[in-house]
Amino acid sequence: MKIWAIALNTFREAVRDKILYTLLFFALLMIGASVLVAELAVGEYDKILRDLGLSAINLFGMLIAVFVGIGLVYKEIERKTIYTIASKPIPRWQFVSGKYIGLAGTLALEVLIMAIGFALMLAFTGASGAMESMPAIWLTWIELLVVIAVAIVFSCFSTPALSALFTLGFILIGRLTAPLKEFADAGNSEVLKDFAAVVYKILPDLQTFNLRAEAAYGRAYDWEYVGYATGYGLLWAGVLLALAAVIFQFRDFK
Amino acid sequence: MSDIAIKAVGLRKVYVTGFLRKKFVGLSKLDVEVKRGETFGYIGPNGSGKTTTIKLLMGLNFPTAGHAEIFGHPIGSMAARAKVGYLPERPYFYDYLTALEFLHFYGQLLGMDKAARVKRIDELLPMVHMERARDIQLRKFSKGMLQRVGLAQALMGEPELVVLDEPSSGLDPMGRRLIRDVILELKRKGTTIMLSSHILADVEEVCDRVAIIAKGEIQQITKTSELVGHGLHGVEAAFENLSSELALGLGFGEPTAHAHGRVTFLVENHERVNALVRAALEAGGALIRVTPQRQSLESLFVDEMTAVDRKDREKPT
Repeated sequence: MKIWAIALNTFREAVRDKILYTLLFFALLMIGASVLVAELAVGEYDKILRDLGLSAINLFGMLIAVFVGIGLVYKEIERKTIYTIASKPIPRWQFVSGKYIGLAGTLALEVLIMAIGFALMLAFTGASGAMESMPAIWLTWIELLVVIAVAIVFSCFSTPALSALFTLGFILIGRLTAPLKEFADAGNSEVLKDFAAVVYKILPDLQTFNLRAEAAYGRAYDWEYVGYATGYGLLWAGVLLALAAVIFQFRDFK
Repeated sequence: MSDIAIKAVGLRKVYVTGFLRKKFVGLSKLDVEVKRGETFGYIGPNGSGKTTTIKLLMGLNFPTAGHAEIFGHPIGSMAARAKVGYLPERPYFYDYLTALEFLHFYGQLLGMDKAARVKRIDELLPMVHMERARDIQLRKFSKGMLQRVGLAQALMGEPELVVLDEPSSGLDPMGRRLIRDVILELKRKGTTIMLSSHILADVEEVCDRVAIIAKGEIQQITKTSELVGHGLHGVEAAFENLSSELALGLGFGEPTAHAHGRVTFLVENHERVNALVRAALEAGGALIRVTPQRQSLESLFVDEMTAVDRKDREKPT
């Protein structure tokens, strides 16, 4: 119940935040604008619409996750709201988990609104593939769950500016681990191969959640893969959240 | 059931800050016991270790050495935290919540069910004169209103120990009075209170004992009843209708003040003041007032701080 109180409060904080609406507005605007871009392209109208729409959902989802996520815990410490909460009989890990669940819920709502906007845009233009794109959108949300867990880890001990930098760096590396491994495996350098293997093992591969190309091309899904990617994302989110809880457990609130 | 509300033994906190891991002693060594039902004042200059002590007791910071208990439970434990209501100095709260949402939220953190929360909120809001602000967002509150709703938050779970860090800081006289009245009401109900404040008159009025802390150590713990009962500095007596010559002729030395037709004397004790009054009345004077001059908490505090400063200066460098 205490976790839910924190989660509900976090959700309430996020939905009463104007920044969120601004980002959501631009996300919907960009989804809508993909109609104009598709009009300009020669051929493959439906594919371009789906590709641009899904990319907009991913981009704005990331922006919301990073910019809301990094302030989540840090703001509590900086503004000292944590004093009255951490002195109540609630374990610190429950506080961190509650914040996480609240933000995950907020992002679920955001992604849902963007998905509805995307489906309406496809329906309005007569393009196909709205339902077929849903697994790609689902995995975008799973990817966001990993990203906000990373943002929370950093915001437990670092300033928002540094946390944003670290989180963006993490996203970049997370998207490059698989290509880096492929590149290293194709080469002759053993050192590079070992390095790429270590990076691949210790960092999540965010490309696992990228089904946007499949959705854009209207390829059939492997549902087993969607299940695997979901499990992979949830496992990483759980590990990162546990790390955040440990950091938070032993820190002083000066 | 422990009769000791707060017990600290050798409690110490050293902060390590910055990239160079610079050390800063927030609290040197704290040994203190506060009994159940006691109102304990905690005073000291800025940076003396008051807030560090409170943060350690609340489980917000971890001690470097020593240990402390709240009603027999180690500080920071769930059992200890369940017994405490805490109002931090210059509190910040979620300003997007209304007063009602705010108190419900804290009630939930205490594990209270909805019916209990509603009942408690209905008691608390009138107590802190906030019943008309229940549906207003905290961002629209004045500083005094925030402090009052913060106090209500601290009392939500009917705690056995209430810790107030500068509760009257920045408040107008009415706000200060309200806080003082709430403390007196809690005291009447037998709640243990730890009050850290710079407003010494309030501390002196409501506290049973007062600890003076400086340089991260308690310098003195004194009972406020002893401040009132003992430490008589002298007795002041003021008269009218006494000229300078007549006043000097009474044989009680030079008056301490002579203005607007009034003469004021300061004598050592009650016997001397009786003699002075008799002599002045016989000389044709009219008695205006007799005021015992007792040691106040403020004078004790100033004396203690002066002694600490002197000791510091005398230390070989």
